[in-house]
Amino acid sequence: MTIVNARTIDDALAALAERPDSLLLQGGTDSMVQMNFGRLDPRAVVSLRGIRELREWRALPDGSTFIGSGLPYASMEKGGLAARLPALAEAARTVGSPQIRAAGTLGGNLGTASPAGDGLPVLRALDATVHLRSATSSRDVPVAEFLVGVKRTLRAPGELIVGVTVPPAPGWQGYAKVGVRNAMVIAIASACLARDGSAVRLALGAVAPTVVRCPAAERAAAAMLAGGRRPSRDDAREFGRIASSECSPISDHRSTAAYRTHAVAVVAARLLERSFHG
Amino acid sequence: MSTATGTRRDVLGTSALRPDGWQKVAGSFDFSSDLFADGMLWGATLRSPHPYARIRSIDTSAALAVPGVAAVVTADDVPGKPTYGLIHQDQPVFARDVVRYMGEPVAAVAADHPETCRRALAAITVEYEVLQPVVDAATALDAPAIHPDGNVLRHQRIVHGDPDATGDVVVEGDYEIGMQDQAFLGLEAALALPDAGSVTLHIATQWLHEDRTQIAACLGLPEDRVRLVLGGVGGAFGAREDISLQVHTCLLALVTGRPVKMQYGREESFFGHVHRHPARIWMRHHATRDGRIVKVEARFVMDGGAYASTSPAVLINAVTHAQGPYRCDNAVVEGWAARTNNPPCGAMRGFGVVQACFAHESQIDRLAAACGIDPVEIRLRNAMRTGDLMITGQVMDSVAPVERCIRETAALPMPQDADDDPLSRPGGSGLTADRRHVVRGVGWGVSIKNLMYSEGFDDHASARCTLQAGRVSLKFATAEVGQGFVTLARQIAATLLGSDDVVLEPMDTDIGSAGSTSASRQTWMSGGAVDGACRMVRERLFERVASAHGLDPLRLAIDGTDVVDTMGDLRVPVAEASAGEAISHTFEHHHRPTEELDEKGQGRCHVAFAFVAHRAVVDVDPELGIVKVVQIATAQDIGRALNPLSVIGQIEGGIAQGLGLAVMEEIIVEDGKVRNPSFTDYLLPTALDAPEVLATLIEEPEPMAPLGAKGVGEPPCVSSTPAIVAAIRDATGRALSRVPVRPQDICL
Amino acid sequence: MAEHYTLRVNGASHDVRDAWLGESLLYVLRERLGLYGTKGACEQGECGSCTVFLDGAAVCSCLVLAASAEGCDVTTIEHIGSDDEPSDVQRAFVEQGGVQCGFCTPGLVMAVHALLDANPSPTRPEIREAISGNLCRCTGYGRIFEAVDAAIRERGA
Repeated sequence: MTIVNARTIDDALAALAERPDSLLLQGGTDSMVQMNFGRLDPRAVVSLRGIRELREWRALPDGSTFIGSGLPYASMEKGGLAARLPALAEAARTVGSPQIRAAGTLGGNLGTASPAGDGLPVLRALDATVHLRSATSSRDVPVAEFLVGVKRTLRAPGELIVGVTVPPAPGWQGYAKVGVRNAMVIAIASACLARDGSAVRLALGAVAPTVVRCPAAERAAAAMLAGGRRPSRDDAREFGRIASSECSPISDHRSTAAYRTHAVAVVAARLLERSFHG
Repeated sequence: MSTATGTRRDVLGTSALRPDGWQKVAGSFDFSSDLFADGMLWGATLRSPHPYARIRSIDTSAALAVPGVAAVVTADDVPGKPTYGLIHQDQPVFARDVVRYMGEPVAAVAADHPETCRRALAAITVEYEVLQPVVDAATALDAPAIHPDGNVLRHQRIVHGDPDATGDVVVEGDYEIGMQDQAFLGLEAALALPDAGSVTLHIATQWLHEDRTQIAACLGLPEDRVRLVLGGVGGAFGAREDISLQVHTCLLALVTGRPVKMQYGREESFFGHVHRHPARIWMRHHATRDGRIVKVEARFVMDGGAYASTSPAVLINAVTHAQGPYRCDNAVVEGWAARTNNPPCGAMRGFGVVQACFAHESQIDRLAAACGIDPVEIRLRNAMRTGDLMITGQVMDSVAPVERCIRETAALPMPQDADDDPLSRPGGSGLTADRRHVVRGVGWGVSIKNLMYSEGFDDHASARCTLQAGRVSLKFATAEVGQGFVTLARQIAATLLGSDDVVLEPMDTDIGSAGSTSASRQTWMSGGAVDGACRMVRERLFERVASAHGLDPLRLAIDGTDVVDTMGDLRVPVAEASAGEAISHTFEHHHRPTEELDEKGQGRCHVAFAFVAHRAVVDVDPELGIVKVVQIATAQDIGRALNPLSVIGQIEGGIAQGLGLAVMEEIIVEDGKVRNPSFTDYLLPTALDAPEVLATLIEEPEPMAPLGAKGVGEPPCVSSTPAIVAAIRDATGRALSRVPVRPQDICL
Repeated sequence: MAEHYTLRVNGASHDVRDAWLGESLLYVLRERLGLYGTKGACEQGECGSCTVFLDGAAVCSCLVLAASAEGCDVTTIEHIGSDDEPSDVQRAFVEQGGVQCGFCTPGLVMAVHALLDANPSPTRPEIREAISGNLCRCTGYGRIFEAVDAAIRERGA
């Protein structure tokens, strides 16, 4: 096994060009578990820990937000970024423990592409774009396309996730995650909802091979909320019911498909209601 | 830092601080996993991936060829008895022809690095013929035997009073308890040092001498060539009562002639120790219209897993506690512990009583509802008292303040209204619930728990006390696993001998057995041994002072740190009085004998009992099925608070484990395969899940107990579980007959 | 890329030679540098026993590839205090009964120092959240909360 401790993005890209199959290690919160358990034995590692450029976020002139792939979740929970993207702050706070949030990143969340990744419903609901670079090229891919399936992405060998850009998201946004413990849980189901007037965007996590959007529920919401109407309790329930029909959860040792379906319906409904009374 | 300063003395009744606390906070305390030796090898275990399979062949040649590998051992290399076990020696050191559970050891390696071990294990080829596992305990009883000893690990019937008695009100239910793990934080670890055919093992265990007996037999060595030293123990809760890596580590050290260290990772730990028995319990209560229990009927089927471990004793505890802390004149109870191809189950805090209690407390709430009586009132109406006859025919002759436990629990204040901070709500930072989604419920659990070992077993304890020039030295083999016996032992000596200079010698097998640190027994048993040894030393000290001053030794007493004449002016500091030759005594404490149950389940099988009541307040999000335990109020029968801080620690810690079983902790086994052997998926309560705990200590000294104190470790986790479930029922109206309660049980 | 690398731990440089590069920082601290105060109990960031400061941030050392920590400042429990000179937080843990088996304790001490250094007067939920990544199986956390409260009082006095 070899390791390159990259200090700059260019360092990392050069190392990747040489060994395109290198394991990219950012916070280590997923890959190190695999290595500790002997399930991953990479021949080459490129550590991104030392790359300052990846640990930054900035507000862009058009109102969108760039978030470096190496920015730890702890930096999203409070402060300027949290003010711009409150749903991301709420999602970040549910990630693991404080120790995990000091290490874990959106780059890792995207690269690992677990359906239960806590940041992913936010990126999906807010139509974020993933920036990829290699030594010879760069490209931007919508999150929707980037996430292909369970632990499968469009990232090609030799490519590095540099960051994501979240377009301006006026209006309300919020996040909810269902787990049976009050801290440190892997999502049984999660949801991010963004609403600007009657335009509702909803993404669900942990209830399909990848994070899903709910176009039918979003259309139903637009109709319910047309003309500035507030949703009744029944409206919200119907919205949740439609959303839950747009996912395909599995049963496993963490929960059952039936519960996951029920839970996303409940949290989607509650998020819609919450978007009106904070 | 650990010596007393000023006027404060660490005598009995004070909240003396742990003597090992300063090292533990600094990280300098040596846990067994922190031990190392020059030239040390690492050991690792190959385990079966199948719950039930025949072994056709094992080829270790490729593993031996891995550079850095010093030895590979299998069943063929076990020089002594091929099996071990606490009650029946039915569990192989290594599987030979057949594996009976997923995770059963098949081989072990020793190598220069843990990673080398991992590669060597991967290089061992085992050819299995996979068999259909027996995974249901009830059907296992009549299924073809999966072990030469058969599939019934124990069967016991209890018939008491009039088996045909009936009541005007009858309630019945089926209950199920999931498989809980002890989940101590300090993983299994040991260091074995070979020396010319002898071996010294530094080990985190609950019972050094019993380990030694089993290890020596398997190694084919006389016991005097196997020495055990307690390595620092990072929690136990029952999981260290059985052999895990002990024999493997010693064997590898003897085979290689080098020190060998073994330590499990968390995943392996789930396969390497026994768990709490899953159980299915049917129970029916007959009562009068005013809620007085006439008869209890019950059937228990407990899943012992592949090997016996302590299943027979766990079963007896379960069936003999079926009545709960309530008077009951008539009973028909029957129980089985079955062998299956599931993970072996054995000791865990509460030891069979946890399962029984969930059933009888669920039942008594049903009875209350059927009779239209308040849950507190019905418990008071039936509360057991000293002098009552139990369903085993044993007279309850322990102090039995059941009624007081209930009343004092009820007197504790209820919590304030729901906290506005979302972190305190069901779902916590997941922000799933607003305040309006949350319903609060209240529930009760009351329990009885036996103390010490039962059924004729003489689990005695030894201790030696040596006094010289004011310094007391105590020697015992009591496993300190975190419970605080090291604190208590010093308090006993400080009190009886007037010394603030009490040192503890290493805990090892160089003295007689202390019995196991389990069954809430060490305060009573090892406490009794230290107490006895100190009293004998004190007698000799008084004789010495008396003869020097021409007094009757009966006139002398300890006052503070002095020997004083109670009828005169003489006052001699203990340090001065004990100058010269050391005074040393060893004392062996025995509890009163118990007896085995007869075929009708009658007999004085238990030594003594303790009682506790729990009231749980739980916030529930009924639509999502998520809960947050807000408060547990408890009043516990402890005899005497020898160290109030330690008692509170045991109460709060036990309640957290009871909470875990109530709402989140379960080893999920499907077709004999464990699905969640990690802390990602086996969920322990976190700081955000911990309830507020209000505790009242009920101090009615127990005359039978050497220090007047009852063990306090187990009761907190026995009835906290049913109290929490009762509170969820109160909030939701759901029947909830299974623990842990899962979200879908509440909302679907 | 070298087979050896340098770690800066508690202010001192340590050469790590002939090591398998897949080793976690937890393993290297314990088995190569002899700093056994940092404990491991899950190898997957779920228990917090292995908490150290990495460039000032409390992280799980089991999830740090040791060789990737070259150039970082690592602080372990050994740097926080000693048996004879405990820190305020360490003293509070002993005096309030926050220690039983003690296996989780070094990690908890690190987490509480991280909390109080950043926020001298945390609310009760903030305290609970700050240590929610540190599992304790013995205490039920009650005496640990008392210890944190005592340390806060002492710092405020």
